[in-house]
Amino acid sequence: MKITQEDVKHIARLSRLYLSDEETSTFGGQLNSIIEYVEQLNGLDTSSVEPTSHVIPLNNVMRDDTLKPSLPIEEALKNAPDATEKFYRVPKIIE
Amino acid sequence: MSGKYEAVIGLEVHAQMLTDTKIFCGCSTKFGSEPNSQTCPVCIGMPGVLPVLNGKAVEFAIKTGIAMNCKISSYSRFARKNYFYPDLPKGYQISQYELPICEHGHIEIMVDGDVRRIGITRIHMEEDAGKNIHEESGPYSFVDLNRAGVPLMEIVSEPDIRSPKEAAEYMKKLRTILKDLDVCDGNMEQGSLRCDANVSVRHVGQKEFGTRAELKNINSFRFVEKAIEYEIKRQIKVLEDGGKVIQETRLWDSAAGVTISMRSKEEAHDYRYFPEPDLVPITVEQKWIDEIKASQPEFSDERRERFVSEYGLPQYNADQLAIDRSTSVLFEEAVKAGGTPKDVANLIIGELTRLLNEDSKTFDECPLRPKQLADMLRLIENGTISGKIAKTVFEEMYKTGKDADTVVKEKGLVQISDEGAIEKAVDEALAKNRNEVERYKAGDEKLMGFFVGQVMKATKGKANPQMVNELLKKKLG
Repeated sequence: MKITQEDVKHIARLSRLYLSDEETSTFGGQLNSIIEYVEQLNGLDTSSVEPTSHVIPLNNVMRDDTLKPSLPIEEALKNAPDATEKFYRVPKIIE
Repeated sequence: MSGKYEAVIGLEVHAQMLTDTKIFCGCSTKFGSEPNSQTCPVCIGMPGVLPVLNGKAVEFAIKTGIAMNCKISSYSRFARKNYFYPDLPKGYQISQYELPICEHGHIEIMVDGDVRRIGITRIHMEEDAGKNIHEESGPYSFVDLNRAGVPLMEIVSEPDIRSPKEAAEYMKKLRTILKDLDVCDGNMEQGSLRCDANVSVRHVGQKEFGTRAELKNINSFRFVEKAIEYEIKRQIKVLEDGGKVIQETRLWDSAAGVTISMRSKEEAHDYRYFPEPDLVPITVEQKWIDEIKASQPEFSDERRERFVSEYGLPQYNADQLAIDRSTSVLFEEAVKAGGTPKDVANLIIGELTRLLNEDSKTFDECPLRPKQLADMLRLIENGTISGKIAKTVFEEMYKTGKDADTVVKEKGLVQISDEGAIEKAVDEALAKNRNEVERYKAGDEKLMGFFVGQVMKATKGKANPQMVNELLKKKLG
């Protein structure tokens, strides 16, 4: 798998990062070398290994359906980049 | 539908579970509260928090799986579904992907007298997203995260459905089961039950499926049938015109009665699913399944049969009552309060259903208690009011919530069974309509109805109809 300049621009856009052409090319190179390194794992035969999702042998951690207090509205909205008194405010979503 | 084509339909239904708290935190799931008043660091996606699964949600999903003849997975887990949208604070939805809690089930529906079996591919648990509110004009949208984290079941059917009517029947049956189980309130208008439909058409006899469109925004029971019907016609027309159906998402526009293509997404969807590392797997032992099985309620199919055998109702009436749990409870309670099963059934299916429909209400919101129904029927039985007047009485009861007795007294609607009074009204009616009397005597017997009507009009509908009939026959001899 090879990361193209287009991929870097796409990922940057999703992450709301603004990269210059020079940065795009630098990070593209770095991302490619990371992927090449990780790709060594593809050389291993894992056909007889059960896929791991958790390393701790633990199942069924559940809680009761009991109410707990929620955050006050001001508190919940405090970290938002933009908000009204009651809502998070975001650029208009075009459906 | 044109005879050459057949439709292939699969439904994906999202059902909000009736738990008190969200699926991964203790915030309330109550509908209609102040925006953003039911959130906490877990459901608004603050870093470093740990979701903990609500055991009730798992129980509800298993309950539903059993009711829909599914295999309950002994090992199941959650996955992250990654996408960006303002109503999804974490940037991923915790859902189930390759190991859902229930698989390989089916339910049976009745369509035009035939039993059809519709396969259930899977039922999985996931969290709901928040709600976006859009300004008509202006550069902003607003986000309410009260719904973010409310537990959902996604119930996916096999592409076994062949007509819009079957789709509607399937949805109805699903709602009935969910309500019987008390795991979802089944309210499509409020969004606690949502339906997406995958629709394609193919030539009759063709094995492969045609290209499908996914219909979204079907937010009422009436629209399930309409939206699919429209989409089938649209696709057939595309094919007949020599075109190709494109795989796309289409929105149902209920005002215009059409489906509209959603702007094609800028990015192809790759949800990059991976196992949710913050939640440990779920194992379900047979013992748990057996316990839940033992506590399952009576389902509509069993209830329908019981209504026929226990109360002697005709199959058709039993169907209409049994399909909804609230309706069934109302019926049985009213019978217990002294109503004759057949009369109670007719009253519920007829007048009460009509009044509720006019009011856009469901049986859950019925303003009358079972005993009030039984008491009104008793007044007809003992001759206090006529069947005709009963309609007026019942409407008034529905409007005011008052008992039948009170309405009859207040409005002076007691039936006139005094022979003298009725005879007077009959004599007057005959005296006023001499021409008709002559014609009747000359053999035009249809006029009997006219005379009865005249007497009823004169007594404001209060005369005992049987006595009116007898007296008229006697006098017209």
